[in-house]
Amino acid sequence: MAVIQHSPHEDLPPPVSQTGIIGWLRQNLFSNWLNSLLTLLAIFILWKTVVPLVEWAFIKADWVGTSRDDCDSGGACWVFVSVRFKQFMYGLYPEAEQWRINLMAIMFVLLMIPMFIKSFPWKKWLGMFILFGFPIVGFYLLSGGAFGLEHVETSLWGGLTLTLVLSAVGIVAALPLGILLALGRRSEMPIVRALSVAFIELWRGVPLITVLFMASVMLPLFLPEGTQFDKLLRALIGIVMFQSAYMAEVVRGGLQAIPKGQYEAAEALGLSYWKSMGLIILPQALKLVIPGIVNTFIALFKDTTLVLIIGLFDLLAMIQSATQDTKWLGFSIEGYVFAAVTFWIFCFGMSRYSQALERKLHTGH
Amino acid sequence: MTEDFAQTNEKLAVEIIGMHKWYGEFHVLKNINLEVRRGERIVVCGPSGSGKSTMIRCINRLEEHQRGKIIVDGIELTNDIKNIDQIRREVGMCFQHFNLFPHLTVLENCCLAPIWVRKMPRKEAEEVAMKYLERVKIPDQASKYPGQLSGGQQQRVAIARSLCMNPRIMLFDEPTSALDPEMIKEVLDVMVELAESGMTMLCVTHEMGFAKTVADSVIFMDGGEIIESNKPEEFFSNPQHERTQLFLSQILQH
Amino acid sequence: MPMDNQDDMPSRPPFWNDPDKRALIFQVLVLAAVFAFFAYIFSNTLHNLEKRGISTGFDFLNNEAGFGILMSLIPYDETYTFGRTFLVGLLNTILVSFLGIILATIIGFIIGIARLSNNWLVAKIAAVYIETFRNIPLLLQILFWYFAMLPLLPHPRQSVNFGDAFFLNSRGFYMPAPVFESPFLWVLAAMIIAIIAVVVLVRWAHKRQAQTGQQFHTIWVSLAILVVLPLIAYIATGMPLSWNLPELKGFNFRGGMTIIPELAALLLALSIYTAAFIAEIVRSGIQAVSHGQTEAAYSLGLRPGKTLQLVVIPQAMRVIIPQLTSQYLNLTKNSSLAAAVGYPDLVAVFAGTTLNQTGQAVEIIFMTMMVYLTISLLISLFMNWYNKKMALVER
Repeated sequence: MAVIQHSPHEDLPPPVSQTGIIGWLRQNLFSNWLNSLLTLLAIFILWKTVVPLVEWAFIKADWVGTSRDDCDSGGACWVFVSVRFKQFMYGLYPEAEQWRINLMAIMFVLLMIPMFIKSFPWKKWLGMFILFGFPIVGFYLLSGGAFGLEHVETSLWGGLTLTLVLSAVGIVAALPLGILLALGRRSEMPIVRALSVAFIELWRGVPLITVLFMASVMLPLFLPEGTQFDKLLRALIGIVMFQSAYMAEVVRGGLQAIPKGQYEAAEALGLSYWKSMGLIILPQALKLVIPGIVNTFIALFKDTTLVLIIGLFDLLAMIQSATQDTKWLGFSIEGYVFAAVTFWIFCFGMSRYSQALERKLHTGH
Repeated sequence: MTEDFAQTNEKLAVEIIGMHKWYGEFHVLKNINLEVRRGERIVVCGPSGSGKSTMIRCINRLEEHQRGKIIVDGIELTNDIKNIDQIRREVGMCFQHFNLFPHLTVLENCCLAPIWVRKMPRKEAEEVAMKYLERVKIPDQASKYPGQLSGGQQQRVAIARSLCMNPRIMLFDEPTSALDPEMIKEVLDVMVELAESGMTMLCVTHEMGFAKTVADSVIFMDGGEIIESNKPEEFFSNPQHERTQLFLSQILQH
Repeated sequence: MPMDNQDDMPSRPPFWNDPDKRALIFQVLVLAAVFAFFAYIFSNTLHNLEKRGISTGFDFLNNEAGFGILMSLIPYDETYTFGRTFLVGLLNTILVSFLGIILATIIGFIIGIARLSNNWLVAKIAAVYIETFRNIPLLLQILFWYFAMLPLLPHPRQSVNFGDAFFLNSRGFYMPAPVFESPFLWVLAAMIIAIIAVVVLVRWAHKRQAQTGQQFHTIWVSLAILVVLPLIAYIATGMPLSWNLPELKGFNFRGGMTIIPELAALLLALSIYTAAFIAEIVRSGIQAVSHGQTEAAYSLGLRPGKTLQLVVIPQAMRVIIPQLTSQYLNLTKNSSLAAAVGYPDLVAVFAGTTLNQTGQAVEIIFMTMMVYLTISLLISLFMNWYNKKMALVER
């Protein structure tokens, strides 16, 4: 009963109906009658929606010009966007000083590039500087009043610049606060734990808009009479409080994922609470939850649009007010589409980055 | 249909004729020819990637073959759902990672298919289940959840679960590979008892002791083809092909 | 003889090195600092409020409101109190949240399952939907629907109409309003009886299957009962249901029910946005069930439909439901963006107009936040209960 192969069977190509274009079509689009029906339905829907959209947005659209008279083709009027572009980007920031914003953007990009180079040796220091040093530099660049730079009031900040300032400051300030809260929530001291839990659950349970209302209306009441309170600062405080609660939960997830053995090893080495947290636990925990932190940042980036409701002029607010301009009535769709595309590029890009990070870190840990 | 089977294919539980399978461009199974008679016990061995798991998964249509014929219990395996259903009722399978349903108790795991596929009343299904749980020697775990059992116990439950459908053929896909060493014996004992009761078995495994004890023939696969097939005594003492010799020298080392 | 000696106990260090004492002192200090902080804020606030002539306390709730509200589920006009405005806003929030949750769940589940389809085109379209609507801010989507899309609808005089009973135009979506006469109670009774009958039927079918193994078409028969029984009652009592149709009078419609554009825009945006997140939850929940489970079920002879019902979905739901309730909470909180388009929800009416009229920011914002906190708390409690109940039993 012995069966013996004397020479190995050669590799044959698979049957034609299984591979190549035909095979792919059969398997993925037309594998049974239900799928075939769905495929046809999907093609019909795409034909009815995507084709007119592409026609409106690209083929018939007007791209160049200076006034609404240049928009006569019936397609999208991108002239509206290009004419108001500076405002969308810089808000009401004086034109003469806009180079400062550009300088900041260039500096940021230059600083970030080494972070993506694998072999760069000083990533830690660079990262620390970007997180804590750069915002200070940025603040002075933007608001001026020192180093010979003209002072620009925060009420003039707006557009994409304001959106980025709100998001960046929000995250940078929320991170240390969130870490403290997460540690507090895991503390064994009942008062500290209770206060942390109360703080976190309070901010997580209410809508951001009530927080912004509270910040903008109630903060002036909390402080001694006569203290001037910058509107942007009020909004920032509200945003930071709000974000720190969500950040705390993200960090807490990371702390919980660190095996107990790490805590015990640190203790056994004689490290104090703060030393063991700072040197051993937190570095590991934070590395674990970087994707979570990026996701929180994406959520914050989208949430900054709410400042429109309390009268600050972020990107969305600038576009919204531009669509009410009598010179450009009727082009609100173009404005909103531009806003949507801008936000989408940022958010989608960041979420892809976060997913790539997650994959990379997963294999490491 | 069943009359045909009784007359012509009474002896052959599984018949594979000229079977080929591709994953995309990759030719994973090449010209497989195999006959398994009723009551025969066959062990399939070979290096990883040789296609042995893929081959037995084709038998109960967990994988599809693109060329050739597979006939199980006289029924040809095609895209016809009725045939597939019938074949799956007659063929039981045990997996390397047990695949017990974690949200159901052990008893419910075993009763699920008899109730919903064979349409048995619950009482009857539970009696059948207890009978097989006793046969695999864990009747006392009937109301526990899989998460509460050890690996060896879970695999025995998995075997009992398949047996509750009264299959005529049992397929095993590396049933002991995921077990800690001290639990391998309890599962192998159950499989030996099953073999001795006359079940037709097709078993992919590295446990050569099991092959020597119970198998009627051992098949060696490599690179998607069946290289050698022989009775265990001949296979182990006198491997003919050089690839079989190489493989045996590697695994029988320890 | 046994002595109660202190010498056997480890000696206590001086209190400044004793970790327990230090922890205690630290906590006392923290508590004192927190109290001091609040006291400081409190006194400042009282002082500032006095300076501005704003009263404190909740008496304002009994004062006449003096402003109209665009839409209310309960009777309201300017002569009602501020307290009433709180109720009107609250009910409007509940309305849009409730409808939004239902719509978002339906759309989300469809897209989530489509994302898993083995039809490449369908799966890709679902993926595009998810990635598009997740990455555009909700406020932008709301503004888009309200300011860009809805104005494209025609003027009331040229409404899109369906059978002279439904009218769609830039002022809203007009539908017939049901008018119930008293015999309708019998229809209601019939509905209740039908529900009871279905419950009894399900029980009986289960018992029968347990005893004889025969399966019953429970779903179809239940549906039939739920439809037919009330229908019979309806016809037998002389069809006690008439409709108040919307009619064009001058430039506007009168009569019938309306969905105002503000509600429509908010609802559309909320549902479409949240559905994208729900779709991801459904997709990842189903994918979380390992493939081996489906294979084991198939190899036992279970058909794909039954495998889904008995093996995959029970396991997927364990993962999906907690995340789903989280999204429902988010939707409820997000409904507060209504202020941007003028839908009179709790925040817009109470923390907006009423606050402007009375200046009593502290009390009003406190009440508003308490509402949302209560909702959050209830949902958290439910999730904890559900997780405990459904946790897979392990060693």
